[in-house]
Amino acid sequence: MCGIVGIYLKNKKYNKQLGKLLTGMMNNMASRGPDSAGFAVYNKSNNFKYTICLHGSLNSKDLQKNLKTKIKSFKLKTISDHVVIITAAKPEKVLPLLKSIAGIELVGYGKSIEIFKQVGNPKDVVKKFALDKFSGSHAIGHTRMATESAITTNGSHPYSTGEDECLVHNGSLSNHNNLRRTLIKNGIEFKSQNDTEVAAGYISDSLMNKKSLKDTLTSGLKDLDGFYTFITGTRDGFAVVRDEIACKPAVIAETKDYVAIASEFQAMAHLPDVNKANIYEPKPGVVYSWGS
Amino acid sequence: MSDTPKYLKGFSTFPLDTINEIQRSAREGIYQIRGLGAKRKVPNFDDLVFLGASASRYPLEGYREKCNTSVIMGDRFAKKPIKLDIPITIAGMSFGALGANAKDALGRGASAMGTSTTTGDGGMTQEERKSSKYLVYQLLPSRYGMNPDDLRKADAIEVVVGQGAKPGGGGMLLGQKINERVARMRNLPQGIDQRSACRHPDWTGPDDLEIKIHELREITNWEKPIYVKVGAARAYYDTALAVKAGADVVVLDGMQGGTAATQDVFIEHVGIPTLGALREAVDSLKELNMHRKVQLIVSGGIRSGADVAKALAMGADAVSIGSAAMIALNCNADLYPEDYKKLGTAAGYCHHCHTGRCPVGVATQDAELEKRLDPELAGKRVKNYLATLTLELQTLARANGKSDVRNLEPEDLAALTVEAAAMARVPLAGTNWIPGHNNQY
Amino acid sequence: MNLDLTKKNLSDVNYFLQHLDKKSNERDFVIKNPLGSHALCAGLQDEMSVTIKGHVGYYCAGMNKNAHVTVEGNVGTGVAENMMSSTVHVKGNASQSAGASGNGGTLIIDGDASSRCGISMKGIDIIVKGSVGHMSAFMAQSGNLVILGDADEYLGDSIYEAKIYCMGKVKSLGADCVEKEMKKSDIAALQAILDKNKIKADASKFKRYGSERKLYHFKIDNVGNY
Repeated sequence: MCGIVGIYLKNKKYNKQLGKLLTGMMNNMASRGPDSAGFAVYNKSNNFKYTICLHGSLNSKDLQKNLKTKIKSFKLKTISDHVVIITAAKPEKVLPLLKSIAGIELVGYGKSIEIFKQVGNPKDVVKKFALDKFSGSHAIGHTRMATESAITTNGSHPYSTGEDECLVHNGSLSNHNNLRRTLIKNGIEFKSQNDTEVAAGYISDSLMNKKSLKDTLTSGLKDLDGFYTFITGTRDGFAVVRDEIACKPAVIAETKDYVAIASEFQAMAHLPDVNKANIYEPKPGVVYSWGS
Repeated sequence: MSDTPKYLKGFSTFPLDTINEIQRSAREGIYQIRGLGAKRKVPNFDDLVFLGASASRYPLEGYREKCNTSVIMGDRFAKKPIKLDIPITIAGMSFGALGANAKDALGRGASAMGTSTTTGDGGMTQEERKSSKYLVYQLLPSRYGMNPDDLRKADAIEVVVGQGAKPGGGGMLLGQKINERVARMRNLPQGIDQRSACRHPDWTGPDDLEIKIHELREITNWEKPIYVKVGAARAYYDTALAVKAGADVVVLDGMQGGTAATQDVFIEHVGIPTLGALREAVDSLKELNMHRKVQLIVSGGIRSGADVAKALAMGADAVSIGSAAMIALNCNADLYPEDYKKLGTAAGYCHHCHTGRCPVGVATQDAELEKRLDPELAGKRVKNYLATLTLELQTLARANGKSDVRNLEPEDLAALTVEAAAMARVPLAGTNWIPGHNNQY
Repeated sequence: MNLDLTKKNLSDVNYFLQHLDKKSNERDFVIKNPLGSHALCAGLQDEMSVTIKGHVGYYCAGMNKNAHVTVEGNVGTGVAENMMSSTVHVKGNASQSAGASGNGGTLIIDGDASSRCGISMKGIDIIVKGSVGHMSAFMAQSGNLVILGDADEYLGDSIYEAKIYCMGKVKSLGADCVEKEMKKSDIAALQAILDKNKIKADASKFKRYGSERKLYHFKIDNVGNY
């Protein structure tokens, strides 16, 4: 079980404070999810950004050597054990290359998204990745209380579901094992036993088959069994959907400057002008989206 | 039946009781509802034995050398943890499922031995609070009878996520047991079949459970230990989640655990045996570094001091008894044979709690039948039984060289079957082999 | 008396209000900066009036007895859960399970209530001026749920003897819940509830819903209702 948060800025007023605002939300949701945390920040760039996680043995120099074999020019932004590779080189070229390098894990990629996630108390994780210094247009975050799978980085959210897309989840699916086996047959790869990873795989699979995100989430209501509130991040905004029984909480606060969503209002209590915001709950079985 | 020839071959897949059940379903068109726990044989504590003393381990003398049995429940967060004199408590059973005399007797017996009883799916009765030295108050999905005054009168609060007989099922009480008093306490029309919810009305999931536990603590000034009870399903994860949600104590009820009424298919086919679940729960606590810091009470088929000792050796802090306590009261006693017959059963086979016609006056609301259970005499029986369990526990602990029953450990045990060895993670007797854990012989 | 949650600890505020000096005449309290806190004003047991200025989290005024609590904002899950008596008034919107398993007293919500409003209610009266979410009055045993707005799907699923009055549209009814005749006595009873709580509405414009009582005894012919 977990805490999920998201904030979408309707104008440029708070772009520079995006990271700070999300930090406050994540810190507040730490008690709901003390095991691990992660966030995705969207900041449009002309280049592609590939966020990877380094696993101990590989260092920055070796990484650069490996990348230079296929990519002409790139910049590296290193924060703790995550590295953002900024380059004009396209995913068709870069993704296979990254797969071939041992000791790294792709966390997310796109022209806007950067994803950071790690085990540990959310308050420590956001400090480690200096979230409060990030700026951007929108962001989603997650604090995890592991239910049936291990506490590992691969078990943490957000999960990348495609270019500039990611998923966070609060709840517990009940048919993910069968669904995982079907998706593996379709060529989707899994790195953990986590139920959310299956939902992310389901969304990737559907998007790769040219379905829209809205249609994917709508058919997900039938295909994914269990309890959930999902927030999916997209290049231009985010979407939220709750299963039809809707036991897992979700609250939305909307002002003229932003739309924020969280598992509990408490996480949004510190947002600017929140006491004047329109506060409501998404209805079960309905896909809400902003920005896209 | 008595002149059935002995050479006839029966069916393994369709034995007589199965044939009878299929034909009953065909007549009545509804699932069989009954009381008590799983009747079929499953791996249990009988499949484990203690090693005892030897040339390398020395026993304690029976009477002169002390063997401590007390245990403290709830010292993680509660301001007023409970000190039990013995590591055996009485499990949650409702007033409604049991009669007032039965609840009173359980209270008397438990109090005489310095241990606790637990309310059930019906709320707290005055008699029970009066006769129990320590009373654990359950918070169930139904919330029948729940109120802040009783919450404050309790010595501990037990949030029930599930029970061993039916992990995932809610309470059930058939109309014949919903008399005027029960109906009033539960706020239901008299005589109807009570359907209980299987999920709590205002929280689902350990993340929201944490907030609920916080509310309970705020209402009771953080004084009372909070227990979280789960049926044995995914004990490893459930224990971790209970700890993360802020529980002081985890109560784990294996599939052999009883109920007053639920579908037979639920009792027999959902939940795993106490033996396997217990090991999972202890592993979980140890990995979180919470073993002995969050206490673990285990229930579901505890019958003798040997079961208690084995559960403690495997890492439990205490055990809880439900069916066994009822049996001490007189459940299935060889009395009133005509009344058992009228129910279509016999002493030793009876599981008819759901009918409200309990021949020995334990699981009934009928005034005439209740007269068959004298609270004072029955209370004495419960006390005697608990005392016997304790003496047996101490005997086994001393034989294994322990001056405190909580010093019993898994290495004191050996398994008699491969299943038990795998489930309890204890070597097969006479070997070093633990299936799935090592390749030794 | 003003209590500020940026200056005082939540537990201390709750303890203070739960253990009011019974000889004191100080019975009016204002709580500032609730900041979405959980279990604020839970377990109150004395006659007093508390106004909370802002939005609160889960279980506000949980198990309330004898106190009058007003929230000038929104409330999270389970407001007034298991309330025993007196009143709780939410001026904003309520989240899920408002008034869950309430035994008595009155819960008034000026805005909308979310899913499962009045779930498992046991005698409480809940009045929602806006609309209610799905599964409201699920397994409601007794009490009155009065909805001036609309109701989402599965209203009154598995209801026992509680009464539902709805003035707006009901998307669908749950298992064993049916529309019932609004007799003169029902109109009078509802009008009394509305008047007592100073709510301007005409009881005759409401429809009544309640249990069909087919689930009271297990019968295989009712298998469709399970």
